[in-house]
Amino acid sequence: MNNENVYRQINADPRFQELVAKRGRFAWGLAIIMLASYFAFILVIAFDPQLLGAPLGAGSVTTWGIPAGLGLIFLSFALTGVYVQRANGEFDRITQEILKEAQK
Amino acid sequence: MLARLLTAAALLAASPAFADALTGDVQKQATNWTAIGMFVVFIIFTMGITKWAAKRNTSTSDYYTAGGSITGFQNGLAIAGDFMSAASFLGISALVFTSGYDGLIYSIGFLVGWPVILFLMAERLRNLGKFTFSDVASYRLGQTPIRVLSAFGSLIVVAFYLIAQMVGAGKLIQLLFGLDYLVAVVMVGVLMVMYVMFGGMLATTWVQIIKAVLLLSGATFMAVMVMYNVGFDFSRLFSEAVALHPKHEAIMSPGGLVSDPISAISLGLALMFGTAGLPHILMRFFTVGDAKEARKSVFYATGFIGYFYILTFIIGFGAILLVMTNPEFKDASGAIVGGTNMVAIHLASAVGGNLFLGFISAVAFATILAVVAGLALAGASAVAHDLYACVIKQGKAKEEDEMKVTKRTTLALGVVAILLGIAFENQNIAFMVGLAFSVAASCNFPILFLSMYWKNLTTRGALIGGAMGLVTALALTILSPTVWVDVLHFEQAIFPYKYPALFAMLASFFGLWFFSITDKSKAADEERARFFPQFIRSQTGLGASGAVAH
Repeated sequence: MNNENVYRQINADPRFQELVAKRGRFAWGLAIIMLASYFAFILVIAFDPQLLGAPLGAGSVTTWGIPAGLGLIFLSFALTGVYVQRANGEFDRITQEILKEAQK
Repeated sequence: MLARLLTAAALLAASPAFADALTGDVQKQATNWTAIGMFVVFIIFTMGITKWAAKRNTSTSDYYTAGGSITGFQNGLAIAGDFMSAASFLGISALVFTSGYDGLIYSIGFLVGWPVILFLMAERLRNLGKFTFSDVASYRLGQTPIRVLSAFGSLIVVAFYLIAQMVGAGKLIQLLFGLDYLVAVVMVGVLMVMYVMFGGMLATTWVQIIKAVLLLSGATFMAVMVMYNVGFDFSRLFSEAVALHPKHEAIMSPGGLVSDPISAISLGLALMFGTAGLPHILMRFFTVGDAKEARKSVFYATGFIGYFYILTFIIGFGAILLVMTNPEFKDASGAIVGGTNMVAIHLASAVGGNLFLGFISAVAFATILAVVAGLALAGASAVAHDLYACVIKQGKAKEEDEMKVTKRTTLALGVVAILLGIAFENQNIAFMVGLAFSVAASCNFPILFLSMYWKNLTTRGALIGGAMGLVTALALTILSPTVWVDVLHFEQAIFPYKYPALFAMLASFFGLWFFSITDKSKAADEERARFFPQFIRSQTGLGASGAVAH
């Protein structure tokens, strides 16, 4: 099998171009959500730590920092779950179709 | 105001630069036979696994990547295991114990790199690589120079990480088992060599998985017992801790861990992208069969690591309630017996008695073994696969010869690790894990990332940019307060920030970009042309090395 030809054939497949664009948007979108949330958290700590030190309610000892911190941990887990779900399902299915066709 | 400054200064002095390195003074404790007994059981069991794995190790692929036979779930546990080192378990719970919320900030930094690795790197790595991340970095670039540079980057990271772990192991064993530092360091070195030399990646992975399960179960039990004590009510846990802790309300808000924006961003970058450049972590992506399993591993790893950090947070607060108030765990001067790094261990004794104390101590030691074994394997593969097989033998090395070199390198690494462990016993090693992360973030990661994402990267750019990142990270670490003041005892640091990653990453990316776009050589054009097949393969997995069947 001539790899170079297969590569060209795959590249010419409009489904491949669509997959690359779709997956790229999805992955970068999620990565930006993650980076933005984390650096927002870090910058709040650096510039205005009192914001996270404020109590949740009057008389409460628990501060906003607790849900913010735990929220980031859950967000990390949830976003990886969302990505794996779509990549292992939809994206892999399209990839398999493209590969099958190209290797005929 | 002065009081606040003093508290902040005390906190900075007390909190390790990277909680992944066990620092501070320790005192040798009485010999703990329960702990030693349980540890011996662990050794016998894992040696059995090593023997089983040794029989299956017939090729380099088995040896470096367990033949791609690890499932996503198992690999997720192993990756989590690499992150849940003894020092991070004891160090982060100690940080929560001394300064509360700062411990959570710190642990979040270690976690958030994982989703980004998944979205941007995991599947491309799996599709392009074979044994080491240098395979990916040198995929379309000049084999010899890129492999030499990335092997060098790997070895620096491995060396500093290993020293931190060895010194930590020695100190921990003095504390937990009451054995001598020297005995401990030699024992860790010898066991590490045995796991890696005979059992390869298969044994190393299984040792890591078993330890991860043990550590997660032990920590879960402790957290549940803490919550049981406060009637499973978080607000009661927090309010009782605030009432007891000398810093009171301050433990519920950010303290002095990150004080200025530059340090904050720099630390964040080092933690986030350093993870994506650690050779012993990247290697784990090649132990699974395909991109699907690689993605699943990150999903499970993120879950386990996040869960573990929530547990250590509860454990730290639990220690404020149950250890701080208990005279049994304090010496005559009122300080914690064995130092604050011991609070999780004391808590184990408080909630589970002597038997559970022995269990947690044994697990803590097992943790060190599992982590150093992974490091040794990454170091050995950098030497044997990248330097020997691909550079010296130009890819024409016989498989038996490559295996021989790997085993010899492992042995040599064991000896070096023991010697360095002894040499650094009384040194301040707080900066070492930080340095490892900074080098990983500013040399390994940028080359790897751009080689996959940017068509115009050339060998010259990668070489100069990577070297610029490496040199900047090393130089700024030496000039920073953690080395210049704390280790070399100069009055004033030349570089004011503790973490160099921000500057080193900028230097690296600038070098990569500038020296690539100005590269007009013929070789550079060929390298750019090779981006196309690399791109197709990275997207589809066509031609990727799969689960190898013999």
